[in-house]
Amino acid sequence: MTPIIQAEHLYLDYKLNDQWVNALHDVSLIINPLEIHGLVGESGSGKSTLALALMNYLAPNARISKGSVLFDGTDLGTQSPRDMRGIWGRLISLVPQDSLAALNPSQRVGDQIAEVTHLHEGLSVKAARVQAIEMLRRVKIANPEGTAKRYPHELSGGMQQRVTIAMALSTRPRLLILDEPTTALDVTTQAVIIDLFRELIHDNQAAALYVSHNLGLVAQLCDRVTVLYGGEVMASAPVADIFQRPIHPYTISLLASLPRLTEGTETRLPTIEGTAPSLTGRPRGCVFASRCPVALPLCHEQKPPLEQIEGERWVKCHRWREMDSGELMIDTAPKADVSAAPPHASYVLTAEDMRKAFGKPSLLDRLTMRQPKVVRAVDGVSLRLLERSTLGLVGESGSGKTTLARLIVGLETADSGTMELLHVHLPNKLDQRTPELLRGLQMIFQNPNDTLNPYQTVGAQIARTLKRLGDRSLSREQIKARVVELLQAVRLPADYANRYSSELSGGEKQRVAIARAFSTHPALVLADEPTSSLDVSVQSVILNLLKDLRTQQGASYLLISHDLNVVSYLADWIAVMYLGEVVEEGPPAVVYTAPSHPYTEALVSAIPTPDPTAQDKRIRLEGDLPVELPTGCRFHTRCPRKIGAICETDVPPYREAGAGHMIRCHIPVDELARLQQSLPETT
Amino acid sequence: MLRYLVRRILLLMVTLLITSAFIFALTQVIPGDVPRLILGRDAPPQAVEDLRERLGLNQPVPQQYINWLMGFVTGDWGTSFTGGSAPIRPLVMERLGNSMRLALLTLIISVPISIALGVIAGLFENTWIDSLISILTLSVVGLPEFVTGLILINVFALGFGWLPASATAPSTASVGDWLRQLILPALSASFVLMAYVVRMTRAGIIDELKKPYVRTAILKGVPQRQVITRHVLRNALLPTITVIAVSFGWLIGGLVVIENVFSFPGLGRLMTNAVERKDIPLMQAVVMVTIFFFAIANLAADLLYALLNPRIRLE
Ligand code: SF4
Ligand code: SF4
Repeated sequence: MTPIIQAEHLYLDYKLNDQWVNALHDVSLIINPLEIHGLVGESGSGKSTLALALMNYLAPNARISKGSVLFDGTDLGTQSPRDMRGIWGRLISLVPQDSLAALNPSQRVGDQIAEVTHLHEGLSVKAARVQAIEMLRRVKIANPEGTAKRYPHELSGGMQQRVTIAMALSTRPRLLILDEPTTALDVTTQAVIIDLFRELIHDNQAAALYVSHNLGLVAQLCDRVTVLYGGEVMASAPVADIFQRPIHPYTISLLASLPRLTEGTETRLPTIEGTAPSLTGRPRGCVFASRCPVALPLCHEQKPPLEQIEGERWVKCHRWREMDSGELMIDTAPKADVSAAPPHASYVLTAEDMRKAFGKPSLLDRLTMRQPKVVRAVDGVSLRLLERSTLGLVGESGSGKTTLARLIVGLETADSGTMELLHVHLPNKLDQRTPELLRGLQMIFQNPNDTLNPYQTVGAQIARTLKRLGDRSLSREQIKARVVELLQAVRLPADYANRYSSELSGGEKQRVAIARAFSTHPALVLADEPTSSLDVSVQSVILNLLKDLRTQQGASYLLISHDLNVVSYLADWIAVMYLGEVVEEGPPAVVYTAPSHPYTEALVSAIPTPDPTAQDKRIRLEGDLPVELPTGCRFHTRCPRKIGAICETDVPPYREAGAGHMIRCHIPVDELARLQQSLPETT
Repeated sequence: MLRYLVRRILLLMVTLLITSAFIFALTQVIPGDVPRLILGRDAPPQAVEDLRERLGLNQPVPQQYINWLMGFVTGDWGTSFTGGSAPIRPLVMERLGNSMRLALLTLIISVPISIALGVIAGLFENTWIDSLISILTLSVVGLPEFVTGLILINVFALGFGWLPASATAPSTASVGDWLRQLILPALSASFVLMAYVVRMTRAGIIDELKKPYVRTAILKGVPQRQVITRHVLRNALLPTITVIAVSFGWLIGGLVVIENVFSFPGLGRLMTNAVERKDIPLMQAVVMVTIFFFAIANLAADLLYALLNPRIRLE
C-alpha cells in the first residue's frame, strides 16, 4: 500500500535577516490511506510549517534544503508550478486556521466553494454552484441555498469554518490538511465539526493530517500522532500508545501538565520548566535537553536518532528503553497544593440583578425613526464571591460572560444593578469610582499583546500602573523595589524590568500582565481567558502562578473561560451562563456531575478528553446561538432534553438542587438526576 | 438601503445648512461698505443709501441670511456687483458645465492609467519595475501643478503648436475644439491625481497579497492570473475607488491654479475673479456650489464603497 504522504529526512530553512535558520530538522512522517494523522506541537514547534511543506507550499523566504515529500509516490519537489496547481485543491486540500481571514471577504461563499469544482472538475459555473450548495448541506448547514449567497462576515464562526471545510472536501481530495481547524470554536461546535471530518474522510477514502495543540481533540480524532518539538519529531505512534504508554519525556510531561475535570482544586499542575529553543540556536544534542527532567550529559552532546520500535512506534530519545521498560519514571502525579488556603466567609464582591443591553436608539435613530436591534447581553445576573475564592464563569461566546466582567470592572456601564466591593458600594459608572475601588479591581486579558505597550520597558509599564492608581507618595526607589518584588512574584528575573515586552515570549508577557494587575494589591482580579492564547506547557505554569498569587496576595478571581478544565482547576464556584442569564451555579464538582442543567450537561460532555479509549457519549448541540431571544426557557431552541410546550412558553424556575447548587429548568431536580444517570443518546 | 440613503441625504442637508451660515458669516466680515464698493468712492450719499435699501442691507443680519438662503434655494441667486449687474445663476451654471467637462476628461485620462500602473507596481513590489513606476510618478507628478502646466504649455502649445495655450473657446465651439483646449489642463490635473491613485493602488495590492485568503486561493489551485483578477483586485481597489470619487469634488471646485494657468473658464477661475473684485454674492454662490459638489462626491464615495464592499451594511 503506497502511503499518501511519505516525508523523508526533511530539512526546511527560513531566511531571516539574510541568514538561513533551520526550522524543520530531519523530519520524517508517513500518512497512510484512511488515516487521520495528528500533528501536535506547541507554538514555534514548526507544525504549521511542516503541514504546508507537505503540500509543497513554501513561504517566499523558505527552502527545503534536504529531503523529499512523496505524495502518492510522486516527489512533489519535482513538480512544476503548473503541476502543483493541478494537485492543490484537487488532490490535496487545506482547511485553514482562521476561516474568516482565509475566505475572500467580497465574494459569496457559495461562489468560493464553486470555484474549486469549476476549476478542477470542469463543471459549468452553474453546475458548480449547485454542487456547492450540496456540499454546504453535507457539512450540515441549515439553509444551504441561503448561506451560499452570503458573504463570509455574515456567517458565525462555526458556519465560516464549515464553509472552508465544504470547500476543501468538494473535490474529494486524497489528502486533507487541517491546520488547527477548530481552535476558534466553542466546544459544542467543535464536537459537531469533528464528527463531520470523520464521516467525510471515511466516505471519501481520504487521509488527513490534523494539526493541533489541543491534545484532547487529537486523542479523540486521530489514529496516529506525531509529536513535534523545536522542529524535530520527538515521537510518532498510534494514538493509544502516545496517550496511554508515552515513552518520550516531552510527551509525558506535556500530558501531565493538562488540567483535568476530575482534578480538585487542592492540587498543583506538573509543569515543564524552561522555554522552547529558538530557531537560531539549534542545540547540538537533544532539542528537549534543556527542559527534560531526565536528561543525561550525553543528551546535551549528541542528538538521539529517530528509532523505530515495534513497527509502528517511533521515538527520538536516548533513554526510551528505560522509559519503555519502566526502569525510569517521570514523576507526574499532581502535587497537593500545600499553600492553599480556604476562602474567607465574607464577600469580596456582590452583584445584584446586573443588566446591560446593547443597541439603544441614538439621536439620529430617533430622528429617522429607526429601530435598532437590542441585544440583552447581561439580563438580570446576580453573583456573590467569597474573599480568597475563585468564581468561574463559563458559557459559549455570546453568553454574556465577558460583558458581565466588563460591567464589574467598569469598562462597560451597567444599565441597572447594584454592586459592592468589600462591602463598599461600587458605582456602575467608572468615573464615579474612588481610587480605592479602582485599585481593588484589576483585569487580566486573553491576549497580553493587546494591553502591553511594545515600546515601553516592562518596568516602566508596571511603574505606570503603580503611579496612576497606587500611592502617589512612593519614591522612585520604592517603586523600583516594588516592580522587582512583583516580577519575582510572577517568577520573572528582576532584570526583565529593563526589557521591552516585544522581546518576551507569550507566557512571559502574560506574567508581566499579571504582575501589573497585582501591582495595586487588588481585592478582586478578573481574568478573561487568561491562558487560551498560550501553549499547554505554558498554561500550566500560569495556572499554578494564579493559584499561588491568590494565596500570597490574598486576592479573589473572577475567571472567565471556555475551557471547563481550566475553570475546574482554579474555581471554587462556577456559574454557567446562556444568553445573558445564569442557568446553573454551584461548586465545580457538583455542577459538572448529574443532576445538572441540560446546557451544562452538553458543555461538559463536549469536552474532548486526552484519552482515546474514552467512550464517545458526547451530546451534540445543534445550531448556533439564536439571534432573537427565545420565549420561555432561553435554551429551548437547542435543548436536547426539552420536555414540551412549557419550555417554549413558561420561564423555568431557578431551583435549589443542593447546598447553593441552583438549576434553571422545568425538569425537576430528581428527574434530571435520573435522566442523566442513563447514558445520553448520541445523535 | 433606502433608509440609509434618506439618512445620508438628511445629513448632507444639515451640513450644507451649517456651511451656508458659515459662508454668510465670513462674507459679512469682509472689510468695506458694500454699496460704496459697487458704486465707487465718488457716488452721492443718497444713491449709496438707496442701493443699501434695495440690497436689503438695512435689515438685521439674520434676516439678511434668511433672505439670501431662501433666494439661493429657490434659484434666485441675485445679481453680480460687477459686470453690469448680470444675474449670477446662468454665469455659475455655465462655468460649472465647463468644470464638469474638465473633470470628466481628467478622470478618463488618469484613472485607467494610474490604476494599471499601481497594480503593476504592487504585483512587482521591490523589483525594478516597481522602482521605475515610483520614480516616474513621483518625478512627473511630484511637481506642483503650475509647473507641470507651464511645461505642458511650453512644449505642446508654444513649442509644437499642436494645442491652444489657453482655453477660451466659447461654449458654442465644436466638440473637437473643446477637446483640443481641454487636453492640456486635463493632463495637468491628471498628473496630480495620478500621484495619489498610483500610490493607493500599489499599497492596496501589496496589503491584499499578504492576506490569508490569497494563500487559500493559491492552494485551491487557482492560476496566478485568476488569483489576481478574481480575488485580489476587487478588495485592493476599494480604497482607491473612494479616493477617485472624492477627488471628483476637488476637480470641480478646486482647480484654481490650473484654471488660472490655462485661463480656463471654470468655477475655480470664477472664484478668483469674484475675490479679486470683492463680488460678494458671486463668491457666496460659487463657494456654495463647490461645497455642494464636495459633499455629493463624498456621499457618492461612501455609497460606492458600501456597494462594492459587502462588509458594510447600509443600515
Ligand atoms: S534524549 Fe535525553 S534530553 Fe532528550 S528527551 Fe531523551 S532523555 Fe530527555
Ligand atoms: S426548561 Fe426545558 S428547554 Fe429549558 S433547559 Fe429545561 S428542559 Fe431544556
